[in-house]
Amino acid sequence: MMKKTYKIDVDCANCANKMEAAAQKTPGVKNATVNFMTLKMSVEFEEGQDPKAVMPQVLAACKKVESDCEIFGI
Amino acid sequence: MNSKQKKMLYRIVAAAVLVVVLQLLPESGLLDLVPVPLGLLYLIPYLVVGGDVLRKAIKGIQNRQPFDECFLMAVATVGAFALGEYMEGCAVMLFYQVGELFQSVAVGKSRRSIAALMDIRPDYANLEKAGGVIEKVDPDEVETGSVIVVEPGERVPIDGVIVEGSSTLNTAALTGESLPRDAKAGDDIISGCVNLSGVLRVRTTREFGESTVSRILDLVENSSMKKARAEHFITRFARVYTPAVCYSALALAVLPPLVLTVLGQPAQWGDWIYRALTFLVISCPCALVISIPLSFFGGIGGASTCGILVKGSTYLEELSRTGIVVFDKTGTLTQGVFEVTGVYPAAGVEQADLLEKAALAESYSKHPISQSLKQAYGRELDPARVSDVEELGGYGITARVDGRPVAVGNARLMAKLGLSPAAPDQTGTVLYLAVDGAYAGTIVISDVVKPTAAKAIAGLKRAGVRRTVMLTGDTEPVAKAVAGQLGITEYRAGLLPEDKVTQVETLLAEKQPRENLAFVGDGINDAPVLSRADLGIAMGALGSDAAIEAADIVLMDDDPARIALAMDISRRTVRIVYQNIVFALVVKAACLLLGALGMAGMWLAIFADVGVMVLAVINATRALYTRDLVRRNGLA
Repeated sequence: MMKKTYKIDVDCANCANKMEAAAQKTPGVKNATVNFMTLKMSVEFEEGQDPKAVMPQVLAACKKVESDCEIFGI
Repeated sequence: MNSKQKKMLYRIVAAAVLVVVLQLLPESGLLDLVPVPLGLLYLIPYLVVGGDVLRKAIKGIQNRQPFDECFLMAVATVGAFALGEYMEGCAVMLFYQVGELFQSVAVGKSRRSIAALMDIRPDYANLEKAGGVIEKVDPDEVETGSVIVVEPGERVPIDGVIVEGSSTLNTAALTGESLPRDAKAGDDIISGCVNLSGVLRVRTTREFGESTVSRILDLVENSSMKKARAEHFITRFARVYTPAVCYSALALAVLPPLVLTVLGQPAQWGDWIYRALTFLVISCPCALVISIPLSFFGGIGGASTCGILVKGSTYLEELSRTGIVVFDKTGTLTQGVFEVTGVYPAAGVEQADLLEKAALAESYSKHPISQSLKQAYGRELDPARVSDVEELGGYGITARVDGRPVAVGNARLMAKLGLSPAAPDQTGTVLYLAVDGAYAGTIVISDVVKPTAAKAIAGLKRAGVRRTVMLTGDTEPVAKAVAGQLGITEYRAGLLPEDKVTQVETLLAEKQPRENLAFVGDGINDAPVLSRADLGIAMGALGSDAAIEAADIVLMDDDPARIALAMDISRRTVRIVYQNIVFALVVKAACLLLGALGMAGMWLAIFADVGVMVLAVINATRALYTRDLVRRNGLA
């Protein structure tokens, strides 16, 4: 199981929840948690998925629901 | 305030000034000179302060996820403008943004205060190179076995052993313990401590990445990914609640006028739409959405400043519902070292004399018993006074002290000498002493109970723990005595290490619904039990990787009072969370009702939205402050 934590930037708690939902629905992502307080996103990838390929899609999905967000270190 | 927040503040101030000016405008008569519709003028402050909210609301509709706070606010304010309530439309947006700004500042503040408290990351290490040259390097580059120099005032960057120098160390950042600790050559030193007085040369025993400080930071930074049930509840709640409110508002705007029309009465569309708009403003769920994670964050942060690391808000929440606490006796409640706890000289024998003879007779032994006798005697022993030492396995020792025959050992040794002394009224390892073949006294050696253990047990009971259970490999009388001394309700004696899991499983089966079982261990050999219990609490985990891995809550030192403190922090945090949930829901429900009945105007709606949120956030930040709880548990 592959799990990575990314630093993120987002303005409000509800926006963080939206990012979480968007990340969870992205193909290749098994589970995702966004913590607004620590500004961290923890992503669990599905077997055989490359984080480098999946994360840009996660970011795109998040940007779609919340334009003022950022994921660092992708 | 960061630049984003400052910008927001300027927008709010500018819009507020504009609104005030516009309020005064009709009286000034200027409007008669230049006929501009008032609504158009009010649009200026409205867009200044709320432009981004409108933009987000539109974006939400485009993404087919319309129901959020921005949507609520956008509909309410646009609706107010459509009804000609320009001033109120602006006010709603203005106060909404004030609330958002307040929340953002409050969150940023607690983020920063926690970051400052956990600021233990060392930036550099003073690496000693060949020829005694000292170079500042990145701690990551220091190889195991190198020698580093720690100056007074600096933080120890990497775990190691002191090779030269002595000093006092401040471990407050690691353990929450404010009393400095002495350190001298040969002592292990853990990274994260601050060197207070002398220069230390340290040979590193680990890489930076595996040092205590890195492991703790890792733990803290990755904590709170496991969200509490209350947080999940709010996320789900908001998902259902917001659409429900929007449809209710729509129904409120449309149905009553239609019914009135059917009944042949004036429909009063404007009135009902206004009520629906106040309804929308009141219903904004931001008070809940922000205050609950903020409370848990504060609780976890407050706990970590007291040397209690909680691996996620869910554990903080579960800890508050703990009804059974199981202790592994040695190392958690007792110190795991032996000490002389009772000296009973026979008639005519001096206490000090008895101890001296016993210590001398045992002085050649390496057994822990002889160490504790030596420690209790407390003075230098002259080995020349002892001769003819004979160790009798299973009995004890005989020797000549100052030429007189001395026998130290158990009851069997005494029986061999034809003596039958009475057993003392105390549990532990009992040593009898005979001098010149006559009984001289009894010394009891036992594992010492930690000074704060009894208080910790009392604290747990006060915090609502129903059963405290002690597991030990010791014999029944010893277990009974310790349990009685500490006020522990139950004990299981004579256990083998592997019996602990079965005992915990039996207790798990006995617990009541909605109650948790916590297991407290010192991290040695109890990783399986730590993970089996609902909550695993590892104590004194500064050295043990397996315990940090397996436990849900890690206490940085081995003071049992921190367990009670952790309970208190968790209970307060959860209480704050429920206070906020109940407070927000009750106020909102009451205001929604008043709004639907037409008894609440836009100003009350603004209070129900922004006012409730500000109060909830202020309440949530209380979770961060744990000083009174620390004092209550005697840890200040």
